[in-house]
Amino acid sequence: MISGTRKVACVKIGEIPIALSTCDEGFLDLLRQRYDGFLSSSPPEFELEFDLTSSRPVSDDDVRVRRDGDDWLLERGDFHARWDPRTGRGSVRQNANPYSLDSVLRILHSLILAQRGGFLLHAASAVCDGRAYLFSGVSGAGKTTMTRLAPPDVTLLTDEISYLRPNAAGYSAFGTPFAGELAKAGENCAAPVSALFFLEKGSENRVDELSSVEAVRRLMRNILFFAEDHRLAEKLLASACDFVAHVPVRRLTFYPDARVWHEVRNFPRNFQEVPEHA
Amino acid sequence: MPEACLYIARSSAIAARALAGEMMVMNSADSTFFTLNPVATVIFQAADGQTPLSEIVRDHICEQFDIDPEQALKDAEQFVAELSSHGILIVSSQPLVSEAAR
Repeated sequence: MISGTRKVACVKIGEIPIALSTCDEGFLDLLRQRYDGFLSSSPPEFELEFDLTSSRPVSDDDVRVRRDGDDWLLERGDFHARWDPRTGRGSVRQNANPYSLDSVLRILHSLILAQRGGFLLHAASAVCDGRAYLFSGVSGAGKTTMTRLAPPDVTLLTDEISYLRPNAAGYSAFGTPFAGELAKAGENCAAPVSALFFLEKGSENRVDELSSVEAVRRLMRNILFFAEDHRLAEKLLASACDFVAHVPVRRLTFYPDARVWHEVRNFPRNFQEVPEHA
Repeated sequence: MPEACLYIARSSAIAARALAGEMMVMNSADSTFFTLNPVATVIFQAADGQTPLSEIVRDHICEQFDIDPEQALKDAEQFVAELSSHGILIVSSQPLVSEAAR
């Protein structure tokens, strides 16, 4: 039953609180359950009003994110959203499907982050000894495997979408509720990034250097970016180059058992300095 | 009969950045990403819409890379056609105003 009053849940991911409001009690419950652990009482920086439409299946259509005057339009078969970056407010029409909700939130965060020098990366991430490690690669390369093999003292930030923002010394990784195969939200915490590994399965564990160009190429291919916008694309490319200049990016070939985490844990000791990049 | 001149200009939809001598190019229209080798980078950087491709090849490619002019032009035309199909370069038989410069 839909009432006329909007109820709000504020979801804070990556230190960015976004108020999500709806008139639908059931949808509000869904929001609260899905983003449990990321709910916040902070004053929101941004606001999205959700209006539910009749049920439409989650769409495989390509998502389109484009400018309409000053607004951003976010469109896919299962949702239509408009967001004004000047006021920080927007509206979404979608069904009550949680996957549509996740998609809208991810896109909005990707737009906000791109302006702030950060990005969402298709990667698992976890905190080990106070430092964050990112594990990226093609589908099946071992992102979820790495998280499953993690020792008990390792904190999972995400097994699917890593959230990265620049800090004074480099980059920080934040936990996200966006889960992959593991079907488990990450912890709502953050840590400075120690390394990004591109995964490949093999018969032994080894870490290899990547050239800065190869590192940027692989990074760009795994960044979640949807906006058809030249200026934002320029910012994103600059951020990717900056990331590679500040964070060691390596290829991690691994045999899928727990010993690979020794390699990860020992990386700061074995790593002496970030190579100079152009 | 002289061959028609080709003029090339960079699309306004692209973001580009040079790193370690290679040009990285992203097409913001579809988020595709390319890395250009050093020869392609020179052509891309010289794509001002005003200089014929043959002149770019003669003055920049042959001079810097010691390549046979005829083969270099053939390779350049192929490269330009490929980047054009990805929306990175605009190709015309007339001089162009580079969209990126607008």
